[in-house]
Amino acid sequence: MTTKSNGSVIRISHLSKSYGNISALRDVSLDIYPGEILAIVGDNGAGKSTLIKIMSGVVKPDSGYIKVGQHSYQSLSPTKAIRLGISTVYQDLALVDCRDVVSNIFLGREIVKAGILIDRRQMEKEVRRVLDSLQVSIPSLKTPVGLLSGGQRQGVAVARAIIQGGNVIIFDEPTAALGVQESAKVIRLMQELARAGMAVVVISHNLHHVFEIAKRICVLRHGQIAAECSTKDSQPSQIVELIMGAPQITRDVNFNGVQSDAAN
Amino acid sequence: MPQIRRLLLSWNEQFSQILLGMTIIVLAVLLDQASPFFLTWDNWRNILDQSALLVIISVGMTFVICTGGIDLSVGAITALSGVCMALALHAGLTVEVSILLGLAAGAAVGLFNGLLISRLNISPFIVTLAAMSVTRGIALILTKGIPIYGFSKSFTWWGSGHIGPVNPPILLALMLALMGALVLNRTKLGYYTLALGGNEEALRRSGIANKAYKTVVYTISGLTAAIGGLVVTARLNTAEPLAGWMLELDAIAAVVLGGTDMKGGRGSITGTVMACLLLGMLRNGLTILNIPSYYQQLTIGLIILVAIVISELRLRNAPGHGNMMKED
Repeated sequence: MTTKSNGSVIRISHLSKSYGNISALRDVSLDIYPGEILAIVGDNGAGKSTLIKIMSGVVKPDSGYIKVGQHSYQSLSPTKAIRLGISTVYQDLALVDCRDVVSNIFLGREIVKAGILIDRRQMEKEVRRVLDSLQVSIPSLKTPVGLLSGGQRQGVAVARAIIQGGNVIIFDEPTAALGVQESAKVIRLMQELARAGMAVVVISHNLHHVFEIAKRICVLRHGQIAAECSTKDSQPSQIVELIMGAPQITRDVNFNGVQSDAAN
Repeated sequence: MPQIRRLLLSWNEQFSQILLGMTIIVLAVLLDQASPFFLTWDNWRNILDQSALLVIISVGMTFVICTGGIDLSVGAITALSGVCMALALHAGLTVEVSILLGLAAGAAVGLFNGLLISRLNISPFIVTLAAMSVTRGIALILTKGIPIYGFSKSFTWWGSGHIGPVNPPILLALMLALMGALVLNRTKLGYYTLALGGNEEALRRSGIANKAYKTVVYTISGLTAAIGGLVVTARLNTAEPLAGWMLELDAIAAVVLGGTDMKGGRGSITGTVMACLLLGMLRNGLTILNIPSYYQQLTIGLIILVAIVISELRLRNAPGHGNMMKED
């Protein structure tokens, strides 16, 4: 389960986080490598979201630390995470619906000239380039993103993460709100990002997608890592068992009195 | 269908300004018919002069409303900053230092508002309502309720001096409006001001110091209100602790009439300035026509009501407004 620091971009060590007396994460350690797609799976409430929110700086852990590059941090802020090269495509996409495509993609990264004025033209050029590379078609960049389709909105959120220019990109349920075609596009996109050397972390409920793209799967259950396995050596049915908490793995049942059906 | 919707919405961006412009022209033609005096330069300088104070204050108010907030303390800040300038002048400080002190006082109230609103997450309505009372109270205490008057020529110049065909308040208003439009449309501060009104959490997650920007917006509003204080105090040669009474409501009305969305996220300084001009023209016209001031109140109230109804109907289908429309 533990790995040596052989080229990992992020090393998570012994992270714990509780909300009141509910512990969302307990002593989670994980390494993330460049050029690899890591899937984090688990049932609702297993701690997936908490884990990635800690990585993206939205949530502060109670204990443990995050090592990015050479430095260790007890917690990150969104600003710090982005500066360290960790970008996140949130499940809700974190878009400003009333603002246009360009403003959303460059949110927090606006290009300025003369030290103060926003360089609209340069930004539009960059946005065109990134959207083209993502094969996202948006006719007018002046459209408020609230008027775009689900796939286009996803494209805008991904383009923002790319513009942030990091080397780690986290996707929280990227295909949950998308149709079949649009999902296929996002999956292709994640593969391309990994091929370009980025570390891609994806949370998904869709094991079919996970097996299609991920090299490694980290299964979370009741806030702990139930297993870490490579997709090559495992079957979807095994992962389902791990997610549900199959009878043979009973070391942490009775979490808040809730037990999954499979364990009963 | 989506194309038509999109067309409607893109047209809507300038909708308020077009509507306002047409109303201004129609009103000008009507008033010109009614009185030959209306379209003279003297009368127009009067209108501009009367509108200058409202424009100055409404520029700051536009920023605040674009974030989805409100600032009820601007009228009181106008009074307090005027009082501070007057006390400083009478204490023998130079005109420049006195003005700077007055502006600093206004900005300080704005900063205080901004800090409470952004750091403690208290509703802008409540914070600025309290600030309105506190600020007005301080202005009354400092003056013991008695207006302070009699200043040097170099101070009253700011209210009634001459610069070519116009006066300093008109130029100040013009300058602030141009700067405001530039900042709102072409700088990070403006981009974030509008984004704050749309989705504050998105700013935070994009690594933007959302709270700091919000604080800056309220400080700007305090500062523009204080500049308004300079203009009234210098013009009347009197610092009146009750100056700017209900001015916040006029400013809010002008901003909304100008097409800025009360819920935040979209707005324009151009619209605000046009609305201030329309209100100024209307007051002027009704006065020229010898219509009693009670009717002026009524007319202006009705116009604001109509403007808000139109803007609501128009924005009902806009993104970020409840029943957002999306293509399937």
